[in-house]
Amino acid sequence: MGETVIKTDKLTKRFGDFIAADEITFEVEKGEIFGFLGANGAGKTTAMRMLCGLSIPSSGSATIAGFDVYKQTEQIKRNIGYMSQKFSLYEDLTVIENIKFFGGIYGLTNLQIKTKSDELLHNLGLEQEAKKLVASLPLGWKQKLSFSVAVLHEPKIVFLDEPTGGVDPVTRRQFWDLIYNAADRGVTIFVTTHYMDEAEYCNRISLMVDGKIKALDTPRNLKNTFGVETMDEVFYKLARGAKRGD
Amino acid sequence: MEAAVIVKDLTKVYGETTAVDAVSFSVNQGEIFGLIGPDGAGKTSIFRVLTTLLLPDGGSATVDGFDVVEDYSQIRSRVGYMPGKFSLYQDLSVEENLNFFATLFNTTIKENYHLIKDIYVQLEPFKTRRAGKLSGGMKQKLALCCALIHKPTVLFLDEPTTGVDPVSRKEFWEMLKQLKAQNITIVVSTPYMDEANLCDRIALIQGGKILSVNTPGNIIKAYPNQLYAIKADNMHALLKILNGYDEVLASYAFGEFAHASFKNKTVDLEGVKSYLTKKELTGIELKKTGTTIEDSFIKLLKD
Repeated sequence: MGETVIKTDKLTKRFGDFIAADEITFEVEKGEIFGFLGANGAGKTTAMRMLCGLSIPSSGSATIAGFDVYKQTEQIKRNIGYMSQKFSLYEDLTVIENIKFFGGIYGLTNLQIKTKSDELLHNLGLEQEAKKLVASLPLGWKQKLSFSVAVLHEPKIVFLDEPTGGVDPVTRRQFWDLIYNAADRGVTIFVTTHYMDEAEYCNRISLMVDGKIKALDTPRNLKNTFGVETMDEVFYKLARGAKRGD
Repeated sequence: MEAAVIVKDLTKVYGETTAVDAVSFSVNQGEIFGLIGPDGAGKTSIFRVLTTLLLPDGGSATVDGFDVVEDYSQIRSRVGYMPGKFSLYQDLSVEENLNFFATLFNTTIKENYHLIKDIYVQLEPFKTRRAGKLSGGMKQKLALCCALIHKPTVLFLDEPTTGVDPVSRKEFWEMLKQLKAQNITIVVSTPYMDEANLCDRIALIQGGKILSVNTPGNIIKAYPNQLYAIKADNMHALLKILNGYDEVLASYAFGEFAHASFKNKTVDLEGVKSYLTKKELTGIELKKTGTTIEDSFIKLLKD
């Protein structure tokens, strides 16, 4: 077993009487692609916000890259990357301006930013688009750029919240190539998705129902456990009984 | 029987971007017609022209025999439209929203209750709750009720299942099937390829252009190659190796397996296996597999 980069123990978040995340316990290894699945309203976003240091838990404990989610939220933020479908990049800045901006935020030096941005533009084949406004790029490119920016500072963990929603099937696969490459470099990937074929690309999967983690295993073992052929059926079997929506 | 929707060479341009590029298709009465394509394909622009919210820059379209430019007011009273973004009044209650839309169309909830009954019973316990306070799934159900309350002949649903989990997506499609049984024509868009199979006919669309219009079955039948499903312990390595393999025509990840087609019509399966074994892959599985709409779409995008 490798180094543990995410470790939670009975992590819980209450809003009044409502228990959004209910004693969730799991560990994620360095370089692992961890799929965080669940129905709408199952508590994924709440859990993710606690792991990113954006929301203080009500009880339980967790460390992210070795930092405590109660006391060391600033260190956590510096050691993770985050990308969501909704907030990705500044549309009215150019590609290169976005890279410089986020590089600066994450405390990279000008030299590091220069090297990193050349490398990034080359890898994505975006050299010609460097001075174009992000708003003018097709969604698929925006999402690939957004991911590359989220890992610009070589974070230990990157959190991806439905990164491929609405993206065409070819671009979706190119996006997963980026994820695989980052994981090969040792970046831990924590990803949510509603595409069940993408669940198959993860090393391990957790499935949340009504605030609790109902299943956690490799896709192969989950399918065996539930005696079904696809992850779609696993999801359906587990989440169908959900009591709450978002 | 006249088609419910006829679209001919429809074009919509925004500045330098041609969002809809000479698109033509027609929708038969009583069918579920799917516009399948990613964000930015032009789906929403087509919906907005057909619901008379946007003027086309070229071509023509009719809904129920009425022209989208000349006869816009007749169309507005006949169609139901559920936009991609939740657009009900957040600070009105569930019941108030529904009442409002019924009144706009000179009808009452009571008059067309049979149309929405199956959906509305699930909302009824929350009928005094403000729409803004509903869960995502409930908002979606309310929006569908509001689009149905005036008994439209054609229902336009713009990405009703985007961002919705697989269980709720299945439920939503069950509701559509029931509406179809009530003889309402449904035009629905989705970025999820697996939902294509639930439509009677589909148009695959990308970059403002239609790649193919047909029944899902015929689109799959038109796929020219035999596909193989391949698996290995290290899937990432397998995908890289398949990409660099001379015999392979196309290969890509497909859930648990990689899908591949081969240049040679008679594939030497043992030869492929031994090639992959030589590349130090383990746990190799290789078998023929059926084509899906997603395979067809990938092929059309790459051609």
